[in-house]
Amino acid sequence: MSVAIVCRDLRKTYDGKVEAVRGVNLEISAGECFGLLGPNGAGKTTTIEILEGLLAPTSGQVRILDQAWSTHPRELREQLGVSLQETRLSEKLTVRETIKLFASFYTQPRPAEEVIEELQLTEKAGSMVGKLSGGQRQRLAVATALVGNPKILFLDEPTTGLDPQSRRQLWDLIRGFQKRGGTVLLTTHYMDEAEKLCDRLAIVDHGQVIAEGTPSELIERLGGHHVLEFAVSGNVDGAGLAVWKSLPGVEALRENGDVFSLTVREPHLTIPPLLEAVEKQNRQLLQLTTRQASLEDVFVNLTGRHLREE
Amino acid sequence: MAVTESRIDPEKVVIAVKRNHRWSGYSQLLLARLRELQREPEVVFWVFVFPLLLALGLGIAFRNKPADVTAVAVVANANADKIVEMLHRQRPSMKVQVLGNDAAKQGFRLGKYDLVVEPGGDGSVQYDYDPARTESVLAREQVDDALQAASGRKDVLPNKSVASSEPGSRYIDFLIPGLLGMNLMNSGMWGIGFALVDMRQRKLLKRFVATPMRRSDFLMALTSSRLILMVVEVGLLLAFGVLFFHVRVLGSVLSILLLGAIGAVSFGGIGLLTASRAQKIESVSGLINVVMMPMWIFSGVFFSYERFPAAIHPLIQLLPLTALNDAFRATILQGQSLEAQWSRLLVLTVWGGVSFLLALRWFRWT
Repeated sequence: MSVAIVCRDLRKTYDGKVEAVRGVNLEISAGECFGLLGPNGAGKTTTIEILEGLLAPTSGQVRILDQAWSTHPRELREQLGVSLQETRLSEKLTVRETIKLFASFYTQPRPAEEVIEELQLTEKAGSMVGKLSGGQRQRLAVATALVGNPKILFLDEPTTGLDPQSRRQLWDLIRGFQKRGGTVLLTTHYMDEAEKLCDRLAIVDHGQVIAEGTPSELIERLGGHHVLEFAVSGNVDGAGLAVWKSLPGVEALRENGDVFSLTVREPHLTIPPLLEAVEKQNRQLLQLTTRQASLEDVFVNLTGRHLREE
Repeated sequence: MAVTESRIDPEKVVIAVKRNHRWSGYSQLLLARLRELQREPEVVFWVFVFPLLLALGLGIAFRNKPADVTAVAVVANANADKIVEMLHRQRPSMKVQVLGNDAAKQGFRLGKYDLVVEPGGDGSVQYDYDPARTESVLAREQVDDALQAASGRKDVLPNKSVASSEPGSRYIDFLIPGLLGMNLMNSGMWGIGFALVDMRQRKLLKRFVATPMRRSDFLMALTSSRLILMVVEVGLLLAFGVLFFHVRVLGSVLSILLLGAIGAVSFGGIGLLTASRAQKIESVSGLINVVMMPMWIFSGVFFSYERFPAAIHPLIQLLPLTALNDAFRATILQGQSLEAQWSRLLVLTVWGGVSFLLALRWFRWT
């Protein structure tokens, strides 16, 4: 499979001090949907804007479709579709006028009406952009990226702030683009979005890729596929923690306030001894839940923090 | 909910694929800009209606009216009645009041009277006037003339006076070309400078440069929209002056429009420079006002810059708005040709050109 996007040792330092990106390596194949997952301020937007040719890296190499920004800027722009984080399009233009405006910049755009239909904006085609809902605006932003008939679609936080239905609509659109052979690079801080949409992921934190792989690979690397979360009465000391950690099948233990979580391979092997141990410690079990491990657990395991700090 | 799948049908492709021509980006950008302006009621008001209201208000306030009636206080004493009688005979329109000494001086201080006449016991008179007040000086001359004539002065030089209030010399004639210039400065600075920073703040500029759009097309479209608007702005205000105030336009329409175009492009360049770095509309608003303020004051929009000390006239004449206003006045009111005004056009071109070049160096698209 040919490589669509590759970057080597990408670094970006703002004003000579703030290091937003600190040595990122990525290789994204054609036809892949690749996600940059990380909390706000992790350097996702800086990375994607360097790849889009909107920011110059402080150091490092970028090749898109086997071409460099310095030598083929126009050719590259013809082949890329971009949706930035929070662009406010002109409110006094209609949906159709906006799409036609963006279409006019490309040598061979797709017909505006076709894109309007694909993005389910037909009913709103004659409405002013100022009158659209959040979901409709975001679809319009993607429409302006798709109208140039791109090979690669860059989406920076495409579903931030959208309601669940609008998010699913956008996911369908992205999958449709990928099905027609397109390559997608998106950033997100929603783990469910990354899990459902992306073939491969890079987890980004403090300007570096701290883990990379398919969503299931990343979860696999946790060591367990399940998480047991429980709370008990009384104060818990180091000895108590040590007992739980040594229970059969436990891969990792985490404390989160009053709630403890164990990453385990098979819950049915761990739960009975856990109940026994709690009883031996003369404690009461206040809460016990079990669930599938998610990318959130991967992130917390890697950084000790949650993706979205409340 | 399924996504519409567009399968590629080879027969359809031939029909569907439409290649854009070289200027499609430019023409769509221009069209979009004009649509936005037309759909923004504030823009229509400030660019088109406001200058007309300003011209109307100032034109009426400073319309030519008969000179103010002179008011004179005569200090009450034995000869006062005789003085009053002589003034009435010679100048029936003059307002004459007989008052006690204190009341007369008090009224004069407050500007109620232009002159105090104190009749002397020996038939002489004393005029108390203020040499710094035009109307006071005038009143002294009028009263003295009346009293001398009434006392038997013979005029030896035969003369005749003809009243003249021709269009071309009135305040409104001075004002309209000044408003044209100021309006072009305002809409150049706001229409280019403010609009650009607004687009930068909304990340629309960044979104545009992420497409294959030619940046020169974008700037050209912005300039073209200014020129189209300029024709409407200048046309409306001039037509208003001609129809409503009977302003006489001596220069040709072509040279006025050419001058308007040079002015609009020049201020567009200055607007571009002002907007080249600013990230927030608040900061560019301040900058625009700082740039325009000296020109509002010095460039002779509402009053002639001849009122400033002559030493700074050469500096004032180097300001772009001064050059534009002077050129508009010379063209419209005196019918001077543009060739004769090359130095003013040079001032405008240098300001616009240097600003444009600096702006291209510093301009921040993202």
